[in-house]
Amino acid sequence: MSILVYAEHDNSVLKADTLKTVAAAQKIGGDITILVVGHNCQTVAEKAAKVNGITKVVVADSAAYEHQLAENVSLLVSELAADYSVVMATALTTGKNFMPRVAALLDVAQISDIIAVESADTFVRPIYAGNAIATVQSLDAKKVITVRSTGFNPVACDGSAGITSLDNVINAGISSHVSDELTVSERPDLGVASVVISGGRGMQNGDNFKLFDGIADKLGAAIGASRAAVDAGFVPNDMQVGQTGKIVAPDLYIAVGISGAIQHLAGMKDSKVIVAINKDPEAPIFQVADYGIVADLFEALPELENAL
Amino acid sequence: MKVLVPIKRVIDYNVKVRVKSDNSNVDLANVKMAINPFCEIAVEEAVRLKEAGTATEVIVISIGDKNCQEQLRTALALGADRAIQIETDQNLDALNIAKLLQKIVEEEQPQLVILGKQSIDSDNNQTGQMLAALTGLAQGTFASEVKVEGEKVNITREVDGGLQTVSLNLPAIVTTDLRLNEPRYASLPNIMKAKRKPLEVKSAADFGIDLTARTILLKVTPPREREAGIIVESIDELVEKLKNEAKVIS
Repeated sequence: MSILVYAEHDNSVLKADTLKTVAAAQKIGGDITILVVGHNCQTVAEKAAKVNGITKVVVADSAAYEHQLAENVSLLVSELAADYSVVMATALTTGKNFMPRVAALLDVAQISDIIAVESADTFVRPIYAGNAIATVQSLDAKKVITVRSTGFNPVACDGSAGITSLDNVINAGISSHVSDELTVSERPDLGVASVVISGGRGMQNGDNFKLFDGIADKLGAAIGASRAAVDAGFVPNDMQVGQTGKIVAPDLYIAVGISGAIQHLAGMKDSKVIVAINKDPEAPIFQVADYGIVADLFEALPELENAL
Repeated sequence: MKVLVPIKRVIDYNVKVRVKSDNSNVDLANVKMAINPFCEIAVEEAVRLKEAGTATEVIVISIGDKNCQEQLRTALALGADRAIQIETDQNLDALNIAKLLQKIVEEEQPQLVILGKQSIDSDNNQTGQMLAALTGLAQGTFASEVKVEGEKVNITREVDGGLQTVSLNLPAIVTTDLRLNEPRYASLPNIMKAKRKPLEVKSAADFGIDLTARTILLKVTPPREREAGIIVESIDELVEKLKNEAKVIS
């Protein structure tokens, strides 16, 4: 068995989630190749070469791949897939975008968002916003899989695999990148932070999210939000935790002013410890919280910051 | 220009699903069903494009048994012009859905196909991208803004780090994210009018596509339940518990 793992990166940093996707690949078993597709992405390739348990790194570096447009990447990956029995990517924006395209080009089904590997052809994945867990067998000879990284522990990075470069550039010529509007933050990514503090509608406005700053500084936490807070315009979309936003599983998740709709729980209920701060004692969030405190968040947050 | 909107009948998003006791699947008997919320956003976007004079016709399509006509009628009441049902009793994989939709795209030649980014039942997030691959068209997934400009469409996409805008050649495939728009409610007169709008039924078997399932659902189980913990009385007690009992902060 040979497995191609697509590296999730931004041309400079290899996302830690890729290390978890490699862990999932190891559970399937076989020779693992990491594919880095981008532009001026040599540092990513060098980092990928250190990932434990892989055979080699393949780099496709071209201006056509700078923004990893699905139209171009999917043609490249489906061509490379001829030499592999499994193609895997992390179920983050890039992987979710181009992988189903690869599957269709290869005429195979895609198994999305796996959280466990039962055998080389059988996988476990959440459905219905995580309210049910499906065990699915793939009948296709070639498998296309996206991995929900919260289901796997990252592999270590002290290896030294070889790096080879590809020179075939594929440009479908039907799409182009216009602009990015990315949130700049000093804080850790939601996906990798060991502590996450999230606010919901109870925060009342975007300014009040500043109440999280001191706490997040002390805990090294990332800041998230419920869909209600994003829809109300308090904070940008990339902070949303939930079924259709980010899926997180930190050691500590602090939900503040979040009632706990099933769509939000789908994004955080695998956290190790959940704390809920809400003034409504009936809020469903308390049913999943390890520690709950019924309090007005505007009093509780400054108190928490001082107590840490 | 013509806009095609594929929609899916799914469990209503407010309903809590239950797994069947034999673990064969979730129990959908006597459960309220609705248009998948992302598909509803797709219908709304298409109707707005028509109201803005950009689109000339909005066609909705659903693949499933007769029951999905209910969701097609809802979409017609929201402003779609006509509907197509592809009749099948099979529960099809996303790839087979995309293959059927490809045939309709070839027949209807829409300039835009707008789909929901994922259905809230299978949570696959595949059909739009697969349809784009099969038709060889460009894709703008997870869209929060759609702007048609001449022969191209600019799509602002919700990505992990924020927003990204791409420019696509038309025809193109778009999948909707939550913040693209807020769908309207169907008015009573429009619900009545929708009953007289054309709804064409085609049989999935007539397309000559091999619709054999590529995956087998072996079992469905309930998720590991989290047990409710304790209510603490003060922030000091909370911090003490997090330090000494849960040991997640130091």
